[in-house]
Amino acid sequence: MASSTPTANESQPEIKLPVLEREQLILNNRSYNWITERICGVLENRQPLLWWLLFIPSALIALIGVGGGLTYLVASGVGVWGMTNRVFWGWDITNFVFWIGIGHAGTLISAVLFLTRQNWRTSINRAAEAMTIFAVICAGIFPAFHVGRVWFAWFLAPIPNANAVWQNFKSPLLWDVFAVSTYFTISLIFWYLGMVPDLATIRDRCKPGLRKFLYGIFAMGWRGGNRQWSHYEMAYLLLAALSTPLVLSVHSVVSFDFATSVVPGWHTTIFPPYFVAGAIFGGFAMVLTIMVPARFIYGLQDLITMKHIDNMAKIILLTGTIVGYAYLMELFVAFYSGAIYEMDAFKFRIAGPYWWAYAAMMSLNVLSPQLFWFKACRENLWVIMAVAMCVNVGMWFERFVIIVTTLARMWLPGDWKTYSPSGVEMMTFVGTIGLFLALFMLFLKFLPCINIAEVKWTLPQSDPHHDDKEHHPDHGIASEAAYQKELVSSK
Amino acid sequence: MSTTRKRVYGYLAEFKSASALYKAAEKIRDSGFRKWDCYSPYPIHGLDGAMGMKRSILPWFVFFGGMTGTATAFALAYSTQVVIYPTIVQAKPANIFTIPAFFPVMFELTILFSGFTVLFGLLALIQLPRLNHPLFASKQFHRATDDGFFIAIEARDPKFNPEKTRSLLAEIGGDNIELVEEEDA
Repeated sequence: MASSTPTANESQPEIKLPVLEREQLILNNRSYNWITERICGVLENRQPLLWWLLFIPSALIALIGVGGGLTYLVASGVGVWGMTNRVFWGWDITNFVFWIGIGHAGTLISAVLFLTRQNWRTSINRAAEAMTIFAVICAGIFPAFHVGRVWFAWFLAPIPNANAVWQNFKSPLLWDVFAVSTYFTISLIFWYLGMVPDLATIRDRCKPGLRKFLYGIFAMGWRGGNRQWSHYEMAYLLLAALSTPLVLSVHSVVSFDFATSVVPGWHTTIFPPYFVAGAIFGGFAMVLTIMVPARFIYGLQDLITMKHIDNMAKIILLTGTIVGYAYLMELFVAFYSGAIYEMDAFKFRIAGPYWWAYAAMMSLNVLSPQLFWFKACRENLWVIMAVAMCVNVGMWFERFVIIVTTLARMWLPGDWKTYSPSGVEMMTFVGTIGLFLALFMLFLKFLPCINIAEVKWTLPQSDPHHDDKEHHPDHGIASEAAYQKELVSSK
Repeated sequence: MSTTRKRVYGYLAEFKSASALYKAAEKIRDSGFRKWDCYSPYPIHGLDGAMGMKRSILPWFVFFGGMTGTATAFALAYSTQVVIYPTIVQAKPANIFTIPAFFPVMFELTILFSGFTVLFGLLALIQLPRLNHPLFASKQFHRATDDGFFIAIEARDPKFNPEKTRSLLAEIGGDNIELVEEEDA
């Protein structure tokens, strides 16, 4: 490297290396005020017609599917969910694992990318965290209600009861109760604490009245003083550091539900990492599915740029390939184990009556993301949306394959059955999709969908030494224009 | 004329950028003030040093909070599985050697208790929630959550002086210097 000493010989042309400028995270040199106006505008302005067109049907679907479906279930008994055969869990646990998995991308974006200093997360983390909360709510419905008499759900908690029976702490199902409820609580704290400064921004923009009062209550009197920021930053770091192992543990524990049982097709050590990669994979697809349209509707293209979308597409490619590796490794382990039951389970998956589910899983999860090797595909929003939808569907099929094809051929041939879910079960699942969308729409209407404070922090002028740098071009940011000019003049 | 008595909270001055705020903070720190703060719409990295602040002690709270969680989970699992209601399932013994099976719950409760300690420890350290604050009476302070950079020096600081503090703020580049008053309750 040529060192630039002030005494360098003028006659000797100094070798200048081209400096790759860091890609701007926020485009068009937007000001702090522009960011505030644009993000707060989403919830302060009247919602576009499209908002109502999405909210009303999804709220109705949620009401009929979840509200009506569960009322009917509680009123009549779990028989209406088809709990009459060996594939008891089929549909409901598929949906539970599906929704829990969706949530994981939110925590990954907010915690893991925070710890690894990936500043591009700031534009998408709030929406992804909201998605986590809503997905876990949807997930919780299935195990809570499929146990039967839901008013006994408190038996899950280790509380003394009249039967003098205690929970089995050696069971992965109890671990699951702790893991999922901890996950929900911590995600909620993380989401809420991250939102406090932004709620204060909204509070300060409101006219006095009920609205200002309510935002004021939730902003807790935040003032943005550095004596607050200092502790706040530490709290955020700690929550990120706590959430990272938590998110890995949650899906690992979910996978233990399967992996610790002595059932061919489930009893494998690859399950925990395989489930976690799959969860991140499916979650990122869901983030894209909701953020790409939202960015258009609310004109957030300068905040959620093609760079953000490109990064997410690359993560989908990476995790999709890990998932593909896990699928193949499962087959290899089944073959290499020499266990006939294990081999049979996988033969049944691939070529049995559920071959279509296996084929859908393989093509949608492993093949479709391979398009993201090509830059043109990562830049085309239609391709991105198509692949994201493929992955959403494919990840649902993955859980269906794992759960249903295994339970339909357990040890006793007398239990063998071709499974199909009941109408009420299907209705409830469609209802949770409505619930998820309706909650997300309400989130867009009432809460800041992008982290205002953190986005401001990523602007170049937010560095306290930004003004000093302009006097020393070699301090770190080399001016691209000056470099180009020099190139031209040297010719 | 108003008859309510007012109490002076302190001076509020605006600075034009994060850099200006950073340099001003260094000067106020060196003048020996204690009861003052810098307000900005986002956390400015390095300002802790410029203000002469120590690292947050929150991690210590969280460490003990987390350990409480681990201990609680172990106590819960051990007392129910070994002492009160021993059952032999999955061929696991009903004694202390079952502990590996308790690890997942111990881990989860460690995280859960740590998370709650982060939340409540933070609120205790930053003395929130509170319903009002004298600074909210200022006409310009609402910009601190939008695009304004402010420094407020409180009147209860021993070095506070109505004239000298004002001229110090003006000297180090403060604009719109305002005397913030609160209504005496």
